[in-house]
Amino acid sequence: MTTQLQDHAVRVQGLEKSYQELTVLRGVDFDVARGSIFALLGSNGAGKTTVVRILATLLRADAGSATVNGFDVATHPGQVRESFSLTGQFAAVDEVLTGRENLVLVARLRHLTDPGRIADDLLDRFSLTEAAGRKVSTYSGGMRRRLDIAMSLIGDPPVIFLDEPTTGLDPQARIEVWQAVKALAESGTTVLLTTQYLQEAEQLADRIAILHQGRIIVNGTLAELKQLLPPAEVEHVEKQPTLEDVFLSLVGDRPHGDTGQHRNVGPHE
Amino acid sequence: MTTHVLTDNAVLLGRSLRHISRSPDTIITTAVTPIAMMLLFVYVFGGAISTGTDGYVNYLLPGILVITIASGIAYTAYRLFLDMQSGILDRFQSMPIARSSVLWAHVLTSLVATTVSLVVVVLVGLLMGFRSGAGVLAWLAVAGILFLLTLALTWVAVIPGLTATSVDGASAFSYPLIFLPFISSAFVPTDTMPGPVRVFAENQPVTAIVDAIRDLLAQQPVGTDIWIALVWCVGILVVAYLVAMVTYRRKTA
Repeated sequence: MTTQLQDHAVRVQGLEKSYQELTVLRGVDFDVARGSIFALLGSNGAGKTTVVRILATLLRADAGSATVNGFDVATHPGQVRESFSLTGQFAAVDEVLTGRENLVLVARLRHLTDPGRIADDLLDRFSLTEAAGRKVSTYSGGMRRRLDIAMSLIGDPPVIFLDEPTTGLDPQARIEVWQAVKALAESGTTVLLTTQYLQEAEQLADRIAILHQGRIIVNGTLAELKQLLPPAEVEHVEKQPTLEDVFLSLVGDRPHGDTGQHRNVGPHE
Repeated sequence: MTTHVLTDNAVLLGRSLRHISRSPDTIITTAVTPIAMMLLFVYVFGGAISTGTDGYVNYLLPGILVITIASGIAYTAYRLFLDMQSGILDRFQSMPIARSSVLWAHVLTSLVATTVSLVVVVLVGLLMGFRSGAGVLAWLAVAGILFLLTLALTWVAVIPGLTATSVDGASAFSYPLIFLPFISSAFVPTDTMPGPVRVFAENQPVTAIVDAIRDLLAQQPVGTDIWIALVWCVGILVVAYLVAMVTYRRKTA
């Protein structure tokens, strides 16, 4: 294994995938540096989920190669599965179990000692302690998503895949998830997230790649992507609040306010 | 990883059993249809059916047990389907666990839930006058046949559970299984059936299984029925298991 490989938490080269007649990926290449947040941006049906499923060993590629944490997904799926956690497009939580039971379940399946303590720590970190004993079917969308992400953190995998983590969430829940993702990266976890929201990529990602018609058409930092367009013209514009600002100030419980007082999500620093 | 097969299985089995204990209606619904049929046939039609045995409930119970199994395994398909839909199966699949334990946990859950339903149905049968002087060995043999049939039909249920595209589709496969006992010796002896129907009835698995159980419970010699019953069960089990596993691999890789 070369040292170059080790520098990348995820490396995707020439990935191709078709479903019967439909070609979804036509040669996808990208690398994700360790400890960074990488956003795969694309419209619905661009193939983002297909890339994630191949990386998560849930789907086999037709051609090309992919490594996670230095392990090839096709030849070493076992080690790959030890290296990452997947938070899929729909919160994959057990509705019948309580929040705490969901966490304990995953901790047991990861063969960790003291699953109960791990569960309690995560419930605390994700502000779910009060809801811990309730069936997940009573949770809101945001709570489900937080539980879902908490389940993915069990066992501290070096890489986390988040497939459209905020689709279908209201603005507050979305900000909660963003805080969680940022905290993850700060603690050294590599995050590969897919999104169709441009703002989300802008907010979170160190690097952004745009997947379009089965290929990566651009890949760079936000600043680099911005340079692709002609330099901004200086215009005099009145700074208007966005609808989101209005909404959040009216409903008045911005979950992790600028003061940072209620900041409960993510690892303690 | 393989060293964890048993623990992974136990953890996932615990999860599914918790589902059942939190919605015991699955066990009740499984038992209700067979019990209703038993009441209907014993107290409404039974008087007019001549089976050559004393007490129609004694004649009927083995067939009712088969119907109980058929309606119980429908829930296995249903639970598996829901796991596929909710994405939790993907979560398990993407974790470093023994992948086969995901299916086995559902299969073992089916065995436990169906056993409870069978016990409930037998207890109701006892209340309705079912009696058997069969010894421990005969009862063990009956339990063995029922266990094998449940295992075989559960693996059959895994296939629609993995491939269905709707909840209805996931459980619809069990309707023919529930209907099959009607064209067998489960409710009435096959002697009075017209030619082709009789040929079908006498050569389909339910008749062999039901006859074997009935003879064991009535302390009659079981003859070749029990071997035919076992061959059917094992045959269905092997085919269903292989198809289910191929389907599973194709779905998950």
